[in-house]
Order: sequence, then C-alpha cells, then structure tokens
Amino acid sequence: MKPIVSTDVAVLGAGPAGLAAAVSAAETGAAVVLVDAGAQPGGQFWRHRPETVVPEPDGRGHHGWKSYLDLRARFDAARHQGLITYLPGLQVWMAQQNQPTQADDAGFTLRTTPTVAVAASGAGVGAQAIVARRLVLCPGGYDRQLPVPGWDLPGVMAAGGIQAFIKANGILPGKRFVIAGTGPFLLPVAANIAEAGGKVLAVLESSSPTAWLPHLRAAAGVPEKALEGAQYAAVFARHRIPYRTRSIVTEVLGSRILGMDRVSGVRTAKVDVEGSARPGTERIYEDVDVVGFGWGFTPQMELPLSFGIETRIDADGSLVGVVDERQESSVPGLYLAGEVTGVGGATLAVLEGTAAGTAAAGGAVVPEKTAARHRRFAEAMHGAHPVPAAWQDWLSPETTVCRCEEVTAGQIMEARESLGAHDARTLKSFIRAGMGWCQSRVCGFASACLGAGPGVSPTAESLSGIAKRPLAAPVGIGELAALDADDH
Amino acid sequence: MSTPTRGTAEATPSAAVVRVSFDGRPLEVAPGQSVGAALTAQSITAWRATRKGERPRGLFCGIGVCFDCLLTVDGAANQRACLVEVREGMEIEGSCPEVPSEEPGGRA
Ligand SMILES: Cc1cc2nc3c(=O)[nH]c(=O)nc-3n(C[C@H](O)[C@H](O)[C@H](O)COP(=O)(O)OP(=O)(O)OC[C@H]3O[C@@H](n4cnc5c(N)ncnc54)[C@H](O)[C@@H]3O)c2cc1C
Ligand code: FES
Repeated sequence: MKPIVSTDVAVLGAGPAGLAAAVSAAETGAAVVLVDAGAQPGGQFWRHRPETVVPEPDGRGHHGWKSYLDLRARFDAARHQGLITYLPGLQVWMAQQNQPTQADDAGFTLRTTPTVAVAASGAGVGAQAIVARRLVLCPGGYDRQLPVPGWDLPGVMAAGGIQAFIKANGILPGKRFVIAGTGPFLLPVAANIAEAGGKVLAVLESSSPTAWLPHLRAAAGVPEKALEGAQYAAVFARHRIPYRTRSIVTEVLGSRILGMDRVSGVRTAKVDVEGSARPGTERIYEDVDVVGFGWGFTPQMELPLSFGIETRIDADGSLVGVVDERQESSVPGLYLAGEVTGVGGATLAVLEGTAAGTAAAGGAVVPEKTAARHRRFAEAMHGAHPVPAAWQDWLSPETTVCRCEEVTAGQIMEARESLGAHDARTLKSFIRAGMGWCQSRVCGFASACLGAGPGVSPTAESLSGIAKRPLAAPVGIGELAALDADDH
Repeated sequence: MSTPTRGTAEATPSAAVVRVSFDGRPLEVAPGQSVGAALTAQSITAWRATRKGERPRGLFCGIGVCFDCLLTVDGAANQRACLVEVREGMEIEGSCPEVPSEEPGGRA
C-alpha cells in the first residue's frame, strides 16, 4: 500500500548525532536512509531559518556552525551520489525488529507519518515504511521541566523552546524575558535573546558557581567550553543581564489582557543548597511577557525502549541507553548516539554519531579520547547543576503538574498517600497524570519525583514506565489499520 | 528515489508578506515563520483552551513535544502551530472561547 524503502543503514534524526551518523555510514560504504521529523537538517542545536527563505544562513547565534557546514557539505555530497536518501518531515511512530526469515540477521522496520498533515503542509510527503539491516537512533531530547505555580500561563515557554523560536523564525517571542532553571544552557538562551534585541530582566540559576569547584579538573579538560563561557560573560556584560545564582522563580504571575490570561511577571526568591526558598528574599519582576524554564534535558527514550534495550540512570537523573564503545545497544544491530546515551551537548553527539554510523556500516571504530573528555565534562556539569532536592516545596496543591489532563500537585500527592501510587505509571492509571497528548513528556519527570516523595529520586523502573509509549507520535486510524495489511 | 524538499514550485520565497487568516480575521505575516511564531508576532499568545479548566494555551516547548499549541490548519485538526510553516492563503483556526468576551463556557 504505502511505499517501502529498503536500505543497509537507517538513521533516525538529523541533529548533530544523526547527521554525523548518516555521513559516516555513507562514507564507510553503506546505503543510508536518514529520516527526520524536521523540515530541514540541523536538529535542535543547528535549527535555522527555512532555507526556502534564507538559502545561505550565516550561522549567527550558533555555536559550532563550521562543524555543521562541514557535515552538511558531506551530507549533500553523499545525497548527490545517491548514497543517502533523505526523508525529512516524517515522524517515526513505531520501530520494530523484523522476524528473522533466513540465517541472516533480520533487521528493523520504521513506520512513519507526516509531521504536519499533508493538507496543512501543502507538501506531498506521505507515510513511508523504512526497512534496514542496521538502525541508528538519534532522536535527541527536550527541555526538562519542573512545575511551579502559574507555569501554564501563555508566555511561559521552555528555555530551549525560546532558543528554537529565535533560530527558526528570526524573531523574538516577546520583549521582556526572565530565564530560570539550572545549567549552562540558560546562558546561550539569554545571550541570543539579548543579541536579537530582547530585554533579559534576569537569569535565575538555582545552583551556585561554587558548585563547580570540585569539578574544575573535568572542566579544564574541555577548554573550548571555557571560551564559550567567556563569550557569554561578555554578552551578559554588554547587555547588563543580571545573573542571579541560588535563585528561583517561586510563582509566575498573570493578568487578564483582552479577556485572556497571560504572563505579567514573576515572584522570585533566593534558595539554600537544598533549593528551599529563604524567607525575606522575595522579589517581584513586573512587565514580563516571556518566562523561560529549563532544568536540563530529557532524552527521547520511547523508541530505544520499545526494543527493550538495557538502560541506566545518568548523572543528571535521566534515563539513558547503555552502549558499548561502538555505540551499539544491548540489541545487536541497534545503535544509539546523542542525547539518548546521556545528555552531553552537540560536540559529543557528533563524535558518538560518527562512531555509530561507522560501526553500523561495518567499519572499524577508533576509541576517541575527545569523547571521553566531553563525557567527563558533561558529568561535571550535571553534578554542578542538580535538580534542587527541595523543589516539591515550591508547589501549592492547586499547581497544575500535568498540563494536558490538568492534574494538580494536590491530586498526585493524594494518590501517593491514600492510593499508594508511587510510580508514574500507577499515577497515570489512577488520576490520568501524563495520559494526554504529550504522553507525559512534559510532566513525566516531575510526576515520577512527586510519586517517589519529597527528596527521593525516581527509580529507573518509574522513569522507564513513563517513557514507554505505545506510539512515538500520534497517527491516524488508517495508518494503524494498515499495519495488519502489510505485516506478513 | 527522489527526496521531498520543502518549498515546492508554487512557494514564493521572495514574497515580503504571506496572507493568512486566523479565526476568519485576515493577517499579514512574514514568510518562513511557523504559524505559532506568526501568531505570537501579532500578540496572539493563546489559541486553544483546555477541556476541563478552559485554560488558555499557546506555545510552550516550541519543538513539537508538548502539543499545547494545537490548532486547525486548512481544515486539518490538531496540527502543532510550532511546526507548521505559514503559506499564502492558509486558514488557521484556534479553539479558544470567544475573545475578548468575558462570559464563561465558550466552545472547547
Ligand atoms: C529545544 C532545544 C533547543 C536547544 N538549543 C541548544 C542551544 O542553543 N545550545 C546548546 O548548546 N544546546 C542546545 N540544546 C541541546 C542540544 O540540542 C543537544 O545537545 C544536541 O542537539 C543533541 O544532538 P542530537 O543529535 O542528540 O539531538 P537533536 O539535535 O535533538 O536531534 C534529534 C532529531 O531527531 C528528530 N526526531 C526525534 N524523534 C523523532 C521521531 N520519532 N521521528 C523522526 N524524527 C525524530 C528530531 O526532530 C531532531 O531533528 C537544545 C535542546 C533543545 C531540546
Ligand atoms: S509548542 Fe509544544 S508542540 Fe508546539
């Protein structure tokens, strides 16, 4: 019924990891199919204006743009030679291992659906099935969120979402911003806003610079990060952006404008080492129209998990896939690269993608010292920027936790206490937390923490319970029904 | 096989503005923007109401993950405003209770 593409190596994701994997596999001699939900290559890190409008982006507001241009040139060359088939605008909603028919290994099948309905995109991209002998999954991740009173008001965005908005559209989502959460990623977000002409009233970092002291050795191993840091410091000084450490947003304030509630300000406080608000430190920022929150990233694990791969909890508390030095998972022939093997930034993602693509194409992989240094740096970064232990105290019982099904913190705590719902999966079935459109991508981490109780970290079982999603993207009934028809 | 690319022949990348409509209201927006960005640029920050509390929703994750930004585009329901690119003549429909009327219980 629908077209089926067969290939040696299928790569999912056209971000730093996936681009590197596709290029490396093709250069090693494999036939490659690269499928990506985005309309053009780049993923989250190298997201840029549509090339139909800006054919030659100058890389302003980007880091590592030269690496992108290099990968992109090799990618375009391989496509030109017919070594890479690029399928943009398609989301993989299911990935399966094929039944072995002969002695040969059976390979994998990816099922896709258009990211944007054909009627709405005006493009002729229909659903495709991809059959491949080896599979490299590079689906990246998304901003990790902690709920706080008022965070569901329009005008509150994920910090990465603001970054993506600017990079893709070349405009700002508002005029006056407060950026809050933890981690070095808050810096490029604030810097890009300021460079694009927005006013950043403050960057609130829950951690403290002294948290870095025990990790200085690891940081010194990656000097380019220090350089990046110095560049941000210069931008912060130039635009007079206050960087307030050990500070959090305790409440997002709203007002009714033209009959519609939206952000108007934030209430903030200083916190202690645990993340508890210190009395008497409250402060209010007014006339804010965008608040950006980022508490690190959550790797997109549903497709790797659907194969039952071995997982572990990484230094930042995220569930990630276990891989060997060739990036192969515990399922033979299934490789993982980028955020899904540990949140570690774009440079590491490229190194991992290169190893994964080369290995998937049957090439020899040389262990990379640089990758090891970047991993140590990422670990140090996670250590210095933990999710504050006391964050659950910031909530009031009425605070919305699950934005889709509108489940409150009070309902979750009640389910934990009186129904014994301690893991996110039980919370789903009892009170529908995480059962809506986003399939708990946004509230999953927070619900798992709330189920575990104050100060307790969620277990790998709880995190994998929420990250297991029967469908990795919403699909129509027709596509589901077609499964029966083309399975033999 | 051929590779689908963005921007087919009838796309007009050089056009200075793209004309779309939002809930029947004509809007001139910049080419190459997402529907969500185009609406936000017009100070429209919410276009959907939640089922239970009728709370307003617009852009949140910005990358197609949260589904807060759903709206109807050229008759196709449940499209993510952060991912759909504006096109000439596009009809965009939100599902907020009437704005700016104050009465409770608009359509969900
Ligand atoms: C919104 C956002 C903004 C960010 N901005 C910055 C920044 O400015 N600076 C910085 O240092 N770091 C940033 N990061 C972190 C950075 O993106 C990562 O370090 C890096 O991109 C990881 O590369 P990756 O290849 O693993 O994943 P990504 O770059 O995330 O690429 C993954 C790709 O896979 C695709 N994909 C995922 N699931 C599917 C599916 N089911 N079907 C089809 N395709 C799929 C996605 O559309 C995407 O194109 C950002 C992260 C996010 C989420
Ligand atoms: S803003 Fe999250 S899906 Fe569009």
